[in-house]
Amino acid sequence: MPVSPKQARTWKHRSWVAFLIVPPVVFMTLFVVYPILSAFAYAFYEWRGLARGEFVGLANFRDVLFGPTMAPVVWNAFLHNVYALVALMIIQNGGGFFLAWLLYKEPFGFRFHRVAVFVPVVLSTIIVGFLWKLFLNPNFGLINQALYTVGLDSLAKPWLGDSSTALGALILANAWHFVGFPTLVYLAGMQRIPSEIIEAARLDGTTEWQLLKNVVWPLVAPSTTILFTLLFIGAFNWFEIPYVMAGLDGSPFGSTDVLGLVFYRTAFGNQSASIQNFGQGSALATLIFLFIVVFASMLTLWLRRREIQF
Amino acid sequence: MKLTRRLLLGAAAGGYLLSAGAAMAKTELTFWSWRQEDKAFYNEIIKKFQEKEPEISVKFETYAPENYQTILSTALAAGRGPDVIQVRAYGNLETIATPGYLLALDKQNVPELANFPEASLAAETLRSDGKVYAVPFAMQTQLVVYNKKIFKDNGLNPPKTWDELMSVAQALKAKNISPFANGTATAWQNETIVGGLLSSMLGKQFEEDIVSGKANFTDPRFVNALTKLKDVSQYFSPNFTGVDYPSSQQLFVAGRGAMFAGGSYEIANFKNQNPTLDLGVFSAPVLKAGDQALVATYYDGGYAVNAKSDKKDAALKFVRFLATPEYGTAFTNQLKNLSPIKGIKIEDPITQEVAKLAENSMSYLMLVRFRYQEPSGSVLLQSNVQKMLAGQQTPEQAAAEINKGIATYYKPFQK
Repeated sequence: MPVSPKQARTWKHRSWVAFLIVPPVVFMTLFVVYPILSAFAYAFYEWRGLARGEFVGLANFRDVLFGPTMAPVVWNAFLHNVYALVALMIIQNGGGFFLAWLLYKEPFGFRFHRVAVFVPVVLSTIIVGFLWKLFLNPNFGLINQALYTVGLDSLAKPWLGDSSTALGALILANAWHFVGFPTLVYLAGMQRIPSEIIEAARLDGTTEWQLLKNVVWPLVAPSTTILFTLLFIGAFNWFEIPYVMAGLDGSPFGSTDVLGLVFYRTAFGNQSASIQNFGQGSALATLIFLFIVVFASMLTLWLRRREIQF
Repeated sequence: MKLTRRLLLGAAAGGYLLSAGAAMAKTELTFWSWRQEDKAFYNEIIKKFQEKEPEISVKFETYAPENYQTILSTALAAGRGPDVIQVRAYGNLETIATPGYLLALDKQNVPELANFPEASLAAETLRSDGKVYAVPFAMQTQLVVYNKKIFKDNGLNPPKTWDELMSVAQALKAKNISPFANGTATAWQNETIVGGLLSSMLGKQFEEDIVSGKANFTDPRFVNALTKLKDVSQYFSPNFTGVDYPSSQQLFVAGRGAMFAGGSYEIANFKNQNPTLDLGVFSAPVLKAGDQALVATYYDGGYAVNAKSDKKDAALKFVRFLATPEYGTAFTNQLKNLSPIKGIKIEDPITQEVAKLAENSMSYLMLVRFRYQEPSGSVLLQSNVQKMLAGQQTPEQAAAEINKGIATYYKPFQK
């Protein structure tokens, strides 16, 4: 059958597209979709070490959510994830917004500060965690030493050893680490706002606060959408900083426990509990995944609706 | 033409190599471990083994300790894995031995097992079938390590009774020396502190009663011991609730703390960091003079044979070698870690002291008895002692919480 030049072109075009798409699809299927699905499947079995036992239906999910041993630990950790989400939303994303506004106004040395704010983001979380552990050391750490120097001895605390301050300390360390990211995203969002809009608002005599609240904030809504969604995902997957600074047990006595740590301990065991429970671990991982997918999608849809086209 | 010649040459060379291989009949074993730091020692041991068994070579391979269990169980589940395996003990051993990955050892295939104390074999025994699955390699002891120089400079002697301990601590504190370098911010440190300081007050009888179900953790012996611990914690390092494991080690190594309640494994580590340290050890102080002074002991792990290995005979020969007093002596003297094998000769004076104290011991209770199910006794003890020492619960509450957790699976406590 003769092939017209046009047909040949579309055929060539199609195979080119296929050539571009197929490898990543295969890669994603193999290394992303398959592990997620298999973790999902693992959750329905009983495990003896890494040997798969009997099919147990939803028993693992029931143990994770309502079992007398797992449930209190899981819900305690979940609550800490929620705290972290709310606190980081305010400190990290809110702080990022105000830092971005300061940089946007191009104060003296803004180029330096723009870089400086972003530097911690580039550092490895292990290093940041270790650094903050040193800062927070009760006896020779920077923070307590500084408090002693200015005579505020009563405020000095064993920050990471006190159950009332440990989680807060981890949240602050995390905010210090990542505040540069929302700053940069918001800054880009602000620079996208047509300057005549801000000038017009200024001519109308708005105060700085009104300008921020009524003009800038609504116009950077697309940045907010992406930042809130990412933070939501990050807060419920939170692992590195708690692991480095508080250890696998969420020391002291579970006051810094988060879902990521519970998952790790359950699936892989830790030094003080030799038990590896792959079934419950997989069930917990599946639940975290579903929770994040459902709520992050809802959050995105809701945030999208308040974005304005300009 | 050229090609044919090359092929012929190649075939000839190959044939020669093959026949040479057949003549030597060398069996190569693989040996997995998590002890990267002991690689030089093991390679030397392998050389000594080959002097006796020139037909067998052993390849020593290590994996990071935190991933070891996962990598090992994955390999074993896939029907692969090494011929000889360094395994851990108690609950951790069960994960690997239960699915039948390990070869059961007895006095027929490893006659040297007769050289081991019962408790060490129990650590490598599967509770469900009562069979031994590994040759034990090290015993660890929880006790108190002290800085002899600080004690001497202040005219103090290592305490025997709890009251003496309190007055020693008081005297040191008065001179602005932190009596204990210990901190409680790292969860598992709380368990080592309990083992190092409270064993004599708990006593062997308490352990027996727990095992037989005559007593549980709300027992006055346990509650009183916790109360004493709460009392002595005023002498831990300043702000001890925020002092983590590495910081407390540093305090002790720097000579800023006089005592360290913890494992005998700390000694080699302290000495490495500060070779000038003059160290001594003592057992947990007794409540009243005349009581038996005890340390808490447990076994680290053992050497096992892969049940699916096709070189089982060679692997058994190697494992038998690792069960000889000759090996135990080398292990103890070079790694400064106490081998459980009977009749070994210890050179290092402080290891000798540890071995002597270990003659009177009880189990490191939670690890030995309650690390088989969730919530493990260790996790319960660690978090509840941590909470108690932070002043957020009483010793009675801590004991009750520990008991409640264990009672969820331990039948004798459910009455």
